[in-house]
Amino acid sequence: MSADDWRPGATMEVLRARAGLMRRIRGFFEARDVLEVETPVLGHAGSSDVHLDSLSLQATTPEGPTRLWLQTSPEYHMKRLLAAGSGPIFQLARAFRDGETGRRHNIEFTMLEWYRPGFSLEDLIREVAGLIETVLGAPLTALRQRAYRDLFREYLSIDPLSDTPETQAALRDSAARYAGTDTTAWSRDDCCDLLMSLVIEPQLGRGGLDVVVDYPASQAALARRRPDKDGALVASRFEVYLEGIELANGFDELTDADEQQARFEADNRQRQSLGKPPVDADQRLLAALRAGMPQGCGVALGVDRLIMLAFGQTDIDSVMAFGTARC
Amino acid sequence: MASYSTNEFKGGLKVMLDGDPCNIVENELVKPGKGQAFNRVKLRNLMTGRTWERTFKSGESLEGADVLDIDMEYLYNDGEMWHFMRTDGSFEQFAADKKAVGDTAKWLKEQVVYTITLWNDNPISVTPPNFIELEVIETDPGLKGDTAQGGSKPATLTTGAMVRVPLFINQGETLKIDTRSGEYVSRA
Repeated sequence: MSADDWRPGATMEVLRARAGLMRRIRGFFEARDVLEVETPVLGHAGSSDVHLDSLSLQATTPEGPTRLWLQTSPEYHMKRLLAAGSGPIFQLARAFRDGETGRRHNIEFTMLEWYRPGFSLEDLIREVAGLIETVLGAPLTALRQRAYRDLFREYLSIDPLSDTPETQAALRDSAARYAGTDTTAWSRDDCCDLLMSLVIEPQLGRGGLDVVVDYPASQAALARRRPDKDGALVASRFEVYLEGIELANGFDELTDADEQQARFEADNRQRQSLGKPPVDADQRLLAALRAGMPQGCGVALGVDRLIMLAFGQTDIDSVMAFGTARC
Repeated sequence: MASYSTNEFKGGLKVMLDGDPCNIVENELVKPGKGQAFNRVKLRNLMTGRTWERTFKSGESLEGADVLDIDMEYLYNDGEMWHFMRTDGSFEQFAADKKAVGDTAKWLKEQVVYTITLWNDNPISVTPPNFIELEVIETDPGLKGDTAQGGSKPATLTTGAMVRVPLFINQGETLKIDTRSGEYVSRA
């Protein structure tokens, strides 16, 4: 703590401009007849995502003392609304991810998440670009789609989807070179994630928007899987980059309850092997998928990061009233 | 020594890396939206002074280094080692070798207090105070009246250090020197 900690991290000018951008976001969706919704920050279920650490708390509820989870994104609740027949919806939600602190991360942050029943990934990518243009108040100079595999071939001369021992070794060697540490115990996805973060990401979104598509099937999270143009199994997912910063993550949403259940179980097996506590499958989400969620696409966008870009800031703390260090 | 996980890494923490004690300078989280988190860490190797950049998987850990910064008074040089004494009243003495003393040798003056970095109880570096007062033992005669004009000349100080001083400075005068830049500040 310092004597100046009570002051906001953002200037009043930035906070006023931020409020203006939030209005623009709401206007963007109102004009497209997308319903604004509010779902709980607390839920009975947490995210099983292997790489997300949820915060939880003990609450006194009508059932008595109960563990509730601070949501890492409003995804599960919003999907239940879709299954209940909401039609297209958006939310400016507060999300929480334990341990994520840095120039581009704050444990508590603002996430814009929206779902478009009946949209293809292509439709949604165009809409995301439109939203970014609206917030930045200027047309994007370019909108490029780049396949994950092609990026690795271009920047590292490695095919990340190949399963041969030579490729595995090349990924591990390359990761060790860029990390400067011992990577022998790292998984293939660890190596890919490191190379993506350190080598490829900083090059993306320069002079326009880069949208990365066709992620490895092992990184599908809650997206469908399908064969790419060469027949390799990939995830129907995209990520949006601007100025080297990851802004949004979109899925062709998984709607099959059995497959969703299998992914919960796979996540928990992986969590166990990493020594992380298991997270119970969200039974209400599974029930909603069984009742029928319309096929469509959804995307989550980091609002604080977009605002950083809009105001040319390099630290997330400078676009928030009180980041975690000041809260 | 305890080990520290990447989420405990912060500026000033001393850890072991590749057999050398290091000081953590910076720790930045890097994380693809749906993937493994990493910590991109800048560390200063305390043996060589060089800065390393390494990336760890979040949750990996490093062994702590038994490194302490302690104030000590400089006593004397025995021809090989430089001897220092703690200022806490314990009179405990430590001998630093040429490698630990390094460039600080030219700022060593008896009874002045220095910061000694100990690793496993051995001095590995000696940091001088930011300002030190030293006497001029050799310089060209001073130019009277020339107190405001520019121009400088070399002067040798009692510790053997050479600094540029204004033309009006005379032999025998005591000067205040900034040890970080090695520059003359004023008459003491």
